[in-house]
Amino acid sequence: MSGTLVELEAACPAGARPAGEADRVDGVDVELVAYPRSAPEVAAALAVAARHALAVVARGAGTKLDWGYPPERAGLVLDLSHMSGVIEYTSDDLVVRVKAGTPLSDLAERLSGAGQRLAIDEVVPGSTAGGAVATGACGPLRHAYGAVRDRVLGMTVVRPDGVVARAGSKVVKNVAGYDLAKLFTGSYGTLGVLTELIFKLAPLPAARLFVSAPYPGTAEVGPVLSALLRSQAAPEALELSRTLPDGRVELCALVEGRQGPAEARAATVAAALSGGEVSPSAPSWWGCLPGPVTVKLTTVLSAIPDLAAQASEACAALGLTGTLRGSAGVGVLYLGLPAETERGAIATLLAELRRAVTAAEGHATLLRAPAATKAGLDIWGPVPGLELMHRVKERFDPGRLLAPGRFVGGI
Amino acid sequence: MTDPVELATYECDGLTNFRARPAVAVLARSAEEVETTVRVCARLGVPFVARGSGTGLSGGAVPVSDGVLVVTAKMRSVLSVRPDDRRAVVEPGVTNIDVSRAAAPYGLFYAPDPSSQQVCSVGGNVAENSGGAHCLKYGFTTNHVTGLEVVTPEGERVELGGMAPDTPGYDLVGAFVGSEGTLGVATRVTVRLLPLPEAVQTMLAAFADMDSAGRAVSAVIAAGLVPSAIEMMDALAISAVEKAVRCGYPAGAGAVLIVELDGPRGEVEPGLAEARRICEEEGAFEVRVAAGDAERAAIWRGRKAAFAAMGRLSPSYIVQDGVVPRSSLAEVLHDVAALSEQAGIKVANVFHAGDGNLHPLVLFDDQAEGEEPRAEELAEAILGLCIARGGSVTGEHGVGLHKLAAMEKMFSADDLATMLLLRSAFDPDGICNPGKAVPAPRLCGEPPRPRHGAHPLQEAGVGEIF
Repeated sequence: MSGTLVELEAACPAGARPAGEADRVDGVDVELVAYPRSAPEVAAALAVAARHALAVVARGAGTKLDWGYPPERAGLVLDLSHMSGVIEYTSDDLVVRVKAGTPLSDLAERLSGAGQRLAIDEVVPGSTAGGAVATGACGPLRHAYGAVRDRVLGMTVVRPDGVVARAGSKVVKNVAGYDLAKLFTGSYGTLGVLTELIFKLAPLPAARLFVSAPYPGTAEVGPVLSALLRSQAAPEALELSRTLPDGRVELCALVEGRQGPAEARAATVAAALSGGEVSPSAPSWWGCLPGPVTVKLTTVLSAIPDLAAQASEACAALGLTGTLRGSAGVGVLYLGLPAETERGAIATLLAELRRAVTAAEGHATLLRAPAATKAGLDIWGPVPGLELMHRVKERFDPGRLLAPGRFVGGI
Repeated sequence: MTDPVELATYECDGLTNFRARPAVAVLARSAEEVETTVRVCARLGVPFVARGSGTGLSGGAVPVSDGVLVVTAKMRSVLSVRPDDRRAVVEPGVTNIDVSRAAAPYGLFYAPDPSSQQVCSVGGNVAENSGGAHCLKYGFTTNHVTGLEVVTPEGERVELGGMAPDTPGYDLVGAFVGSEGTLGVATRVTVRLLPLPEAVQTMLAAFADMDSAGRAVSAVIAAGLVPSAIEMMDALAISAVEKAVRCGYPAGAGAVLIVELDGPRGEVEPGLAEARRICEEEGAFEVRVAAGDAERAAIWRGRKAAFAAMGRLSPSYIVQDGVVPRSSLAEVLHDVAALSEQAGIKVANVFHAGDGNLHPLVLFDDQAEGEEPRAEELAEAILGLCIARGGSVTGEHGVGLHKLAAMEKMFSADDLATMLLLRSAFDPDGICNPGKAVPAPRLCGEPPRPRHGAHPLQEAGVGEIF
């Protein structure tokens, strides 16, 4: 191993070291950690890994390494914390180019100085830009601003064979070539290592108002949601939260805009929520992904109330407590359960929820759980187009060097 | 269809100078028929090209000589409109405008609105990732498609994405949209519908010169306003449209901007007032705000007639589609003018200023000795300006056959090779719209060629280019 370490130190002069306990990837032992500072250093480290048949996991802040399956092997962790910072920011263009290891909070601070923001919620505290893109993790703002995939204009990736490739560009309109940035967004580090990202930005609004209202159960929520989605008040986000199995259902809409018009719109939203309370501050749960065990549910909009009811009933039947929360205007809900939730209960719950989401034309995936819980469970569920995905993986990473087994279908 | 006379209809798309005659055109009526056709092609190793309405502007739907052309224009059913789910499911031959028509009774619309929306098909929009005049605010086709049924180049019918967001796995919908028909044939498309905005306001601002208009665009974007559209025309373009449609733009304008905002009334009105103030600060000498739909249509009339009106200025022209960062608009327009003067060839500018998407029209006389190559050189030099500023060689027209050479200037060989990895995953035998969109290694790309004559849709009086 020491020879490999020497090679890695040459590839990444800023540092390489034997891995410790804290470097384990979702329970999987790691042999070495390297700290590249640039795409060429990432490429050099990948070459070392390929030579020594070490599987590679890219790590930003390491906040979502337990999403997906544990990798089959993880010989080398590429820690991108030395690749942090804004490379190019022309605020007049509302476009920023950053290194992948840049923490979202650092970026937010830099952008807010110019009255702008990324419009991607930091749903897991501490996340980096690269981690958010690799997992596609986002929160309430996707209602108005789209998901991560809709905010990424371009990127630089290092392929497992060391080739550095660029996709997209730093302009907001571009149809030149394949939109590889879409392919890499949400690919869980299985196709390449993201090193640079270009995002489209949004102006920070002058006024932000949160309109909240509680309801006794899911039955009361249905008519309110459909009235709100039809109203011209058009809130910028619409979240639902419920303590399971049978807590009150809270709806909270975000209205953003100019001082004055935003207040007027918030009043309209409050009326649509049949008596919502308007506040300048968000409820404590806003934008927080429930967990630590998290099931992600997707659905058509009209099935949100039914799905929320079924999730509640399924938890009640299993005697589970937890939290159901998500973007009711988008069709994404997250079910959070305590860490100690039994594996058998999770398996039964997942099966129940898969039945429920079939009617809702969506999917149920076990986004995050202890490795022991995930072992032997089908965490991803049915995946349309899986055969093509295998072929994409085969072309980009024929040696299965990158996070093997972490993604859908064993990819 | 194999009759040579009938096949002539399908020789080209909206860019008429690339032509090829297929051996067979199949007018498919269903996904099954597309599947059967592609399967036969795959078995025999015969290249095929999918075609919707044929309105593309980059030669993307030009057939392969003696190959098969799969025409989806007859698959025009709106399969479902689900207002409570804000989705519609349509066949690929449905015209873009028909999606919004089907959604309108529910107070909803389909946001992408390419200029050819009366005739262009949703399948073609998926292939080209079409935008439209309002993509500044609403984005492109890729932001509005959640699911696809696709016949792969090997003749398999597969579902990608779906009705709900975030289908697990790679975002193959995102990879497929904008792939210019090289990854398969879309046979069913699920799109997002949006509520019709409460208010729409449109303003025309006239400036003495392009510099000040360009600065106004940058200032509007920098101020954090998100208009649904910002369009610009220069003096040459204005003079052409005045001759053609007498739109009555302010006399003496060196440039005009059209700025449109939509959304909740309470946000739109102050937004427009702010945009107006910015334009006036940057030197607008006259500002007109449309009082209603009729006045809005009058403001847009000149802009929409611009390409068709170019015939009044010049027998031939080359149109480019490059994109630059919005903050560099004034500077780039300045450089374009300098290049034009240097070459002694006129350039009219009509474009989507809000997102930095230039449409310089390089005007020349194809009968005049040596003008055509000089015009081509100038058009290429303008693309060079876009690339030098980190922009794109095509904002909306696509690569097709037309911009293969330009792709090699914008991207490195490694970038292009990486794109081809995706292509080979979908189309290992290379029979699906071969030779388009991404240049193959060592290919000597076609130089940009001028347009000869009007777009077939303009000639037929059913469409405009803008």
